[in-house]
Order: sequence, then C-alpha cells, then structure tokens
Amino acid sequence: MMKNEKNLKDRLESLLASLPAGRGHLILFLHRVQQEFGYLPEEALARAAEHFAISPAEVYGVATFYSAFQMKPGCRHELVVCHGTACHVRGAEAVSAELSRLLGVEPGKEEPGKEVAIHQVNCLGCCALAPVVVVNGEYHGRVTRSSLEKIVEKLAGKK
Amino acid sequence: MSQKKVRTVGELQNLRLRLQAAPGRRRLVSLSAASCGRASGALEVARALEAEIKKRGLEETVELRLTGCHGFCQLEPDLVIFPEKIFYPNLSPGMIPRLVEETLARGRLVPELAFSPGPGQGFYPKLDELPFLRKQVRWLLDRHLTLDPDSLDSYLEQGGFLALEKVLSGLSPVEVINTVLASGLRGRGGAGFPTGLKWRLAREAGGTEKYLICNGDEGDPGAYMDRGLLESNPFSVIEGMLIGGYAVGAGKGFIYIRQEYPLAMERVERALEKTGAAGLMGKNILGTGFSFELELVRGAGAFVSGEETALIASIEGRRAFPRQRPPFPVVRGLWGQPTVINNVETWANVPLVLQNGPAWFSRVGTPGSKGTKIFSLVGKVRYTGLVEVPFGLTLGEVIEEVGGGAEPGRKIKAVQTGGPSGGCLPASLFHLPIDYESLQQSGSIMGSGGMIVVDESTCLVDLVLYFLRFAREESCGQCSPCRLGTRQMVRLLEKITRGEGQLEDLELLQKIGWTMKEASLCGLGRTAANPVLSALRHFRQELKKHVLEKECPAGVCRGLISYHVEKERCTACQLCLESCPVEAIVIADDGYPQIDQKLCTRCGLCQSTCPPGFSAIIKINRKESGSLAVVKGE
Repeated sequence: MMKNEKNLKDRLESLLASLPAGRGHLILFLHRVQQEFGYLPEEALARAAEHFAISPAEVYGVATFYSAFQMKPGCRHELVVCHGTACHVRGAEAVSAELSRLLGVEPGKEEPGKEVAIHQVNCLGCCALAPVVVVNGEYHGRVTRSSLEKIVEKLAGKK
Repeated sequence: MSQKKVRTVGELQNLRLRLQAAPGRRRLVSLSAASCGRASGALEVARALEAEIKKRGLEETVELRLTGCHGFCQLEPDLVIFPEKIFYPNLSPGMIPRLVEETLARGRLVPELAFSPGPGQGFYPKLDELPFLRKQVRWLLDRHLTLDPDSLDSYLEQGGFLALEKVLSGLSPVEVINTVLASGLRGRGGAGFPTGLKWRLAREAGGTEKYLICNGDEGDPGAYMDRGLLESNPFSVIEGMLIGGYAVGAGKGFIYIRQEYPLAMERVERALEKTGAAGLMGKNILGTGFSFELELVRGAGAFVSGEETALIASIEGRRAFPRQRPPFPVVRGLWGQPTVINNVETWANVPLVLQNGPAWFSRVGTPGSKGTKIFSLVGKVRYTGLVEVPFGLTLGEVIEEVGGGAEPGRKIKAVQTGGPSGGCLPASLFHLPIDYESLQQSGSIMGSGGMIVVDESTCLVDLVLYFLRFAREESCGQCSPCRLGTRQMVRLLEKITRGEGQLEDLELLQKIGWTMKEASLCGLGRTAANPVLSALRHFRQELKKHVLEKECPAGVCRGLISYHVEKERCTACQLCLESCPVEAIVIADDGYPQIDQKLCTRCGLCQSTCPPGFSAIIKINRKESGSLAVVKGE
C-alpha cells in the first residue's frame, strides 16, 4: 500500500495537474488523494497549500472538518454500520455491538495492526433496508445476528 | 452510441419524434435497480432474467431495462412488465425461470409470485391495483418505471426536454418566472420558499455573474428522496436547472451531491456528459444564444453543508461554515454573486410546471402548498419506501393507507418528520394534513420528506437523544447556543435515560431549547432543539415516567431495564452463558444461570439467544426490580 516518497510526489503532481483551476477544487483534490492512498498523507496537505496559495492550517482545517477524509491509513476491511434514524429504531446499536463482539474491534476506533475497522455513519439513505451494514463497499440490508455471523465468517475466509 | 449534436429546436423535435416512432419490442420488463434494489440483489436477478430470456429465444420480443427506484423499497427487487403492468415483488434468481416461462413466454400470470398483503388476503398482480398506490399521485416517481437513467434517448422518448424546448422557443425569462410563481411551487427542501420568487430576486439582483446550485446534500438521517430522484431520473434535474438558468440569467450551475451516494454521482456525471454531447448544455443551446454549464460537486461528509450558506462555502473549497443571513444567497451567494439554491426535488418539478402549465400543477394540493411531495416512509410500518402524495393528504392516510399501518401485532405510537430539525407527532395528531404550515404549528416540520414511523417498542426519550447526539456531532461549533446547547441537552437526556432525571431537568431542557431557537446562527442550531421541544409538548407523560417512576415504558433505555432468568422456564442449557459478551452470567448454586446485575450491560443478547420455546430470560423495564412490569412483544 505505502508508496515510496518519490512515487508519492509524482502522484500528487499528476493529481494536481488533472485538476480544473480554482480554489474551489481543494476538496476535489483531497477526495482524489483519499481515494488513491486511503488517507491524506501530510505531504499532500502541504503540497495543496502551496498549489492553492493558502495556509497549511487552512488546508488542515478543511481536511479535518469533513468526515470523508482520514489522516491515517485505513484498515484492510472496512465495515460501515449505518446509524441513521431508521436503522437506529431497528437496532443499529445492537448491530454495532454484535459486530464489535464478533470481531474484537471497537466501533469508530482505528486500531493500528487490526485487519478490520468498524465505522459508524449517520445515514446511507437506504432506510427501507434497515438495519444496514456495508462491507468493503457491498451493502447488506435487514441484517440479523445470523447474517452478521455469516458476514464475519466470510471476512475471516478472505484473510 | 455517439450522440449527434442537436442544433435547433426543430432538430430536437425531430429527434424526439423519431425515437418515439421507433418500433419497440412487444414487452418491456422494468427492473428496479437503484441502490436499494441492488442491495437486495437486483443485479443477480437481472443476470438470471437475461439468461432466461435468451434461453427461450425471447430477445426479439422482450426488452429488459434496468431502471431507477420504483419506490417499493420493502418489495425490492421488483419488476413491472409493460404494457400489461404486471407487478412481481421480492424477486430472487430462483423465481426467474418460472416467471419468464409463464408470463413472458405464455402470457400467463403467476398469482403466487404476485404481491399479497398477507396470507388469505388475496393477490395483486397488477401495478395499478396495488393497495398502497391508491392515495398516491406519482408525477415524479411514475416516470422512473420506464426510464433508463443512463439514456438520454430514453428521457427524450418520454417527452424529456419538452419543457426546455417550450421555454427556449418562445418564453421570455420573466414569463418563465411568472409561470413558476403562478404554479405555487415552493422549495421542497423544507423551508418552502416560493421558487418563482427566489428566481425573481436573483434575476433582479446586480452582479457580474449568477449561479445556480442544486442541493443534493441530503443529510437528514432517514430520508432518501433526493437519492431516489438523482439515481432514477438525473435528466429531469438537469432540465430543471437549464430552465432556471435561462430564467435567472445564470451561466453556470453546480449539482452538489453528498458523498454517501456513489450511484447518484455516477448517474448524474453520465447524464451531464450525454446532455453536453447532445448540445443541450453548453454554448448556444439549440441555436438560441442561451449558454449554460453544469458541474457535479462531490460532498465530503458534513450534515451542516446542507444549509445553503454552508453549502456555498463547501463549493468554494472551504469548511462548511454557515454565515449570517441576510444577505441571502440570491443577493450574495457563491463567490459573492447572486445564487439560486434549490433542492433536488424542486428542480425535478420545474419541467413539469413549464410543460403542463401552472393551472395543471396547482390543481393538486392545498391553497398554500401546491403539487405533490415525495416522502421516505420508513420505520415501523408495513410498506416502507418512497411515496409521492398530493399536499393535503393527512398523516394518517399516508401512514395507514399508503404505508399499510403497523407491523402485525404492533401499535403505532408516533411519526417523526423533518429529521433532526423536526419533531415527533403522536398518533392523536394523525388527522393533520401534510403541508408546509400544519406540521409546523404542531411543533414539527414537514422538512425535506423524511417520515419515520415508530411504535410502542420505540422509546421517545431514546429517539430524541439519538437526534441530539446527531446534532451535537454535526454542529459546526461556530456559535455557542448550538455548540453548547446540544451538549447540555445530550447530558440532560442521558441523565434521564439513566434514571437520574429530575423534574427540573425538563424545565431546563425547555429553556435551553428556547435559547437555541432564538439565538443560533443558522438553521441547524435553530431547529436542533425541535425533537426535544416536540417531545416535551406531546410526550411529556413518557418523559415524566422516566423521571418520576424511573421507568422506560418501551423497555429501551438501558439504565432503566434489567434482565432476569425465570427458573420455571429455564432448562439450564447454558446457551445464554456463551452469548454474554461481558461474562455477566454465571451458574448459581442451584444449577440455573444467574445474571450479575453489576456486570450486565443490558445488551439483550442473552434474551435473543434463549430458544423461543423457553423464553426464560425476561426484561424488566424499571430501575428497581421490586415491582415487575414485563415488556411485551420482544
């Protein structure tokens, strides 16, 4: 996953070059860095400040304001538990707790060295399927204890 | 297919006529394949359908079309067969061979596969006869049934861009604005500002350039109307914005979509490309001299960016901090220029207004609220999904008739509307008509369209706490009434759910709520207390029960419940022992499991593990377990 320094620099330059002009595209740039590296390396923030002619503090402010961006590398498997209203009334708390129990990972905490991270998000907008869990981008609706067990078994198989 | 540029209004008309006259295949199979459909296996069903259609040599007579959202989320994936409008819900690949053989090859219905409200309640094989459609007026949603959201041709075939054509071939910008004004169309994002008036203000404002924004930052948890529209019919939003650009005198627009909606972004991106390639967007559209560009902006995950001034900051590449209004965006918006911000559903309504005229549009609705409104009807109701109803229908009609009422054996307690900015209305207010004003007077808001039904197994205090925690996390922190008020309220509510609340706490909640309402900077802070205030108004009894009797009638608040083993029913199988994540269950001297109340976290896993035949673990919904009140229905 980690690219070497030279590689990182080159990638940042080409991402910047492909960007439309204007201060407004700072967030688009951060999205693209996040997408490619799975997080925002410090060099990317510094380079963005230079490119958009704003202070590094401002870039850092934007990067940490939005939940889309992470400052540390992510885990191999990303589980997202929806905690939207419909999921909440249909037991999202219990879903998070059960996943946490099955995986030994605390929700919302990136634990270095762990294979899996459990994220909790506000609403994924597929409320009729509540409660919803997204595993590495794949949606699972109306999850139950037994379907969570299957999800975890499948993840273990992929290791 | 490479799109040829359409240069004049005449060429557009010819193209549409050619598309409409092209001989279609005899049958169209429309499969719902928006995000929800896909999550329920629509793509596997599509593969099975394709294979089966091919196997039986039906490719010449049957066309399979992956459409957007049909609205029947509970029944996903579903399909509709045209022209007969035969409806099959809850599909799985295993059902497909029979369905294709019987219905597509032989033209016969398969009643067992049709929709049925329940055992012994008959079958509804025809779309038009579905009970939950009776009270709906699906101006927007019905178009999703036959539209391929990735195809401009498909949109044109349905009469797409007729409204733009009409506007560009004879109406002046002022006439367009007057038409929208006369229709009575109001903002569908919740505030309900008259759309035509907003456009007029922006048109009359000075400024070197003007902008349009489509607000697709649908952040209310429990609401997904805009995702449905963007995924199913992105062209209608684009057409609406083209018309708006012409009316306002704007040359550029932005469609801002929250990042949690990948499919919506993909579809809008593709629709923008196709519209541009066809010459319907860009320079000198249809040779009329009108030029307009649209750009997709991907949100980055912040609820507050749905507030219009925060949204503007986000498009400018800054933190989504709201600012003081006035000046309103129609005067000083994006980059300091006059800017019109409308919600996705508002833009999607614009072509309807222009194409059919204001009289047609305003014949539906109430005196103050015209047309239809889409709601995401979810929670503890039988038929969840996107529903489109005329303004003026009562809450009860939507919940009981469109939503099918409570789940079997349950009783509906309340409906939450307006998300974190709204409130809970009790069943005794279900006679209220749905419009912008009625719900507000009762302490909630119509909002953008989230409608979450809760029954007696939902604790109102817990639900309110949920919304306040949400508001606390999403408060941008600029102004103290919101930043501190949400924190204080969460603390007080947590105290109540722990069974440590006092009557004064309720008064304090009221006071803080009032302060937040009066003194916060933006809409988020001003409405964040609504869930609490509406609960104090309509559910004071339930709050008091928590405070005075230390009882949670719904059996939800963990600080007020406890689990116990009933020895008479227990077989000492010890399954519960293994299920407990904190090892709070031990075998007592008598050989039966016993729950250590100090260690127990009230997660309820033991109760759900105990085999249904025994159900030996009971929940008691009081802090002191002296007098027992067992929670029913778990």
